[in-house]
Amino acid sequence: MLSSKSLSTIAASLPKFTSFRTYASAAPTAGFAGQKGPNGKYMVTLIPGDGIGPEISQSVKDIYSAAGVPVQWEEVSVTPVLKGGKTVIPESAIQSVRKNTVALKGPLATPIGKGHVSLNLTLRRTFNLFANVRPCVSIKGFKTPYDDVNTVLIRENTEGEYSGIEHEVIDGVVQSIKLITWDASERVARYAFHYAQSSGRKRVTAVHKANIMKMSDGMFLSACREVSKDFPDVSYDEDLLDRVCLQVVTNPRPFSDRVMVMPNLYGDILSDMCAGLIGGLGLTPSGNIGRDASIFEAVHGSAPDIAGKGLANPTALLLSSLMMLRHMKLNEYADRIERATLSTIAEGKTITGDLGGKATTVEYTNGIMEKLRK
Amino acid sequence: MLRNAISATHRPLTHSSRAATTLSAGFPRDSQPKPTTKYGGVYTVTLIPGDGIGAEITDSVKEIFEYVNAPIEWEQYDVSGVSSAGEALFKQAMESLKRNRVGLKGILFTPISQSGHISWNVAMRQQLDIYASVVLCKSLPGFPTRHHNVDFAIIRENTEGEYSGLEHQSYPGVVESLKVSTRAKAERIARFAFDFALKNNRKKVTCVHKANIMKLGDGLFLNTFRRIAEEYKSAGVESNDMIVDNTSMQLVARPTQFDVMVMPNLYGAIVSNIGAALVGGPGVVPGCNVGREFALFEPGCRHVASDIMGTNRANPTAMILSATMMLRHLGLDSIANSIASAVFDVINEGNVKTHDMGGSATTSQFTSAIINKL
Repeated sequence: MLSSKSLSTIAASLPKFTSFRTYASAAPTAGFAGQKGPNGKYMVTLIPGDGIGPEISQSVKDIYSAAGVPVQWEEVSVTPVLKGGKTVIPESAIQSVRKNTVALKGPLATPIGKGHVSLNLTLRRTFNLFANVRPCVSIKGFKTPYDDVNTVLIRENTEGEYSGIEHEVIDGVVQSIKLITWDASERVARYAFHYAQSSGRKRVTAVHKANIMKMSDGMFLSACREVSKDFPDVSYDEDLLDRVCLQVVTNPRPFSDRVMVMPNLYGDILSDMCAGLIGGLGLTPSGNIGRDASIFEAVHGSAPDIAGKGLANPTALLLSSLMMLRHMKLNEYADRIERATLSTIAEGKTITGDLGGKATTVEYTNGIMEKLRK
Repeated sequence: MLRNAISATHRPLTHSSRAATTLSAGFPRDSQPKPTTKYGGVYTVTLIPGDGIGAEITDSVKEIFEYVNAPIEWEQYDVSGVSSAGEALFKQAMESLKRNRVGLKGILFTPISQSGHISWNVAMRQQLDIYASVVLCKSLPGFPTRHHNVDFAIIRENTEGEYSGLEHQSYPGVVESLKVSTRAKAERIARFAFDFALKNNRKKVTCVHKANIMKLGDGLFLNTFRRIAEEYKSAGVESNDMIVDNTSMQLVARPTQFDVMVMPNLYGAIVSNIGAALVGGPGVVPGCNVGREFALFEPGCRHVASDIMGTNRANPTAMILSATMMLRHLGLDSIANSIASAVFDVINEGNVKTHDMGGSATTSQFTSAIINKL
């Protein structure tokens, strides 16, 4: 049944993305199609976020002006407002992201209280952010038990175990529904192959648990297999979730040649596990690729305990912004800033407290800017 | 337990006042009459070597048991999950297990294709209601890995959750997979974990969950855990909880913070594989599945390992240690302890190492080394 429907579904689901294509055929979904403004710069929405968010955003802005990146920031707040009895993201923020199609976002404090839909979830739904891209690369100068990590993980972001469909059948019995659709699986798979192609990784591995969840993960796999036929230059294989966990933690090196793609929950867990290998969320970038926009963000918390003290480490947000630049095909700028950042950390003279140094956010930022001027 | 195995016979008395729903966990023994088949002082135990390396590593157990004259008679069933043709034999093996109430098994292969049979490993756990999977991850001094002093136990719910096997395609291209969570099963696994902690002199139980997203399903698990934790406060067992993505990150960064961990089914698959990778792989991680009536002992990290099948390279440690857990379950502590200490002696001396430990010894050479120690 699956194989018979698959081809027609692909054909049916493609036209939706046509306007975002940058190539004539076999085009990825959600390529960047923004245009430079009259001042020769791309407009990018900046959501500084809460807690340490404003400090680390300032750091990114400073570094961008030092590097002369053709980006103009449009700063918006996403502090929820009441509208019709519901808390929603301000319309101005949504308009800005929709217009610019790219945004950089700092950490948001999760409001505590019942009935609150998380802001991240709202953003994800509003802009159809279907793929979460999480690269993890060992950072020289920050020692962990692993020094050879170079993984890229792409996670389906809209359904699966996090569909939010749950009910209590009778007292004490709950059903949570993992929802897998062909369209969403196909879409994330297509992006994974596109990412592999453009990043020079020539292999895509689908991570699954189809021995147990034969239909749901089975369909995810058949979607990946179908898409793989459109990318003959990228090799494709499948691996069990159990084996991938075991192998990445035992020895991450073999995973440096490929892109892993997987449903929501597995991706959530594995991406943080990979982050743990290189030293935590303070060093890992993240990008949410969507149909209507793409949002790049730091996935760490808003760290209210050190907010305003000038001690925060802006690396995660900075690296996320570099993913954004590459998404916008401004690779040269991204490469330059990346070299400056990594060599600053490797030298270890002006690194922040969480990396084992004593520098403030500003000193660390200045260290990077000095490298850029050379 | 590994701990008990090393420091011989001391085991704290069980609290007779506590209304534990579990078999004693140290290793599982009950005050009820011994649930085993015994003729003339010899226990009959069902043996299912399983697929992949199963035959080789169970041969190693049989050889050692024969040498020490363990009062065990095997009822062996060479079930294979490679094709569905093994089903008749699988059913016979189940009958045997129901008769003998104790079994030792390797891992059965499960096909990924949708037309293939369901996982017999899971079917056994569900049919026998062996609800608690116990996996022990402990660093071995003679086998250095990237991490040191890892010592935690993973208690995993074995019979429901994502492994319910309830899936349907509600519309072409839309699949729902049900995760079923019940209060009764959450309660008994939580109690098992706390009893396990008490009886094995462990201090802290960590509940691993994703209740921030799956508010009802994992919420039920977490709330039940917290309620049970209150009852064990007076006994001095600490408790905390951690979201599963953070857990996997913490595991690879700071694994020593964990003691006993309790979690729903799928997270157990992920965490046990991360745990195994921390201490040296599936070859050294023993485990068992325990219910009220039956106990089935199998390596803690469930891999078929068909890639090294038949090459005489497998590490039998996990299977041998699982078998010693079985001996303790049968009350044969002294034999269990002498076998376990022989295994640890061989590993600690480091002269005979199997392939996964960086040596070149074959399974049979490793087994002979253990027998020499005995």
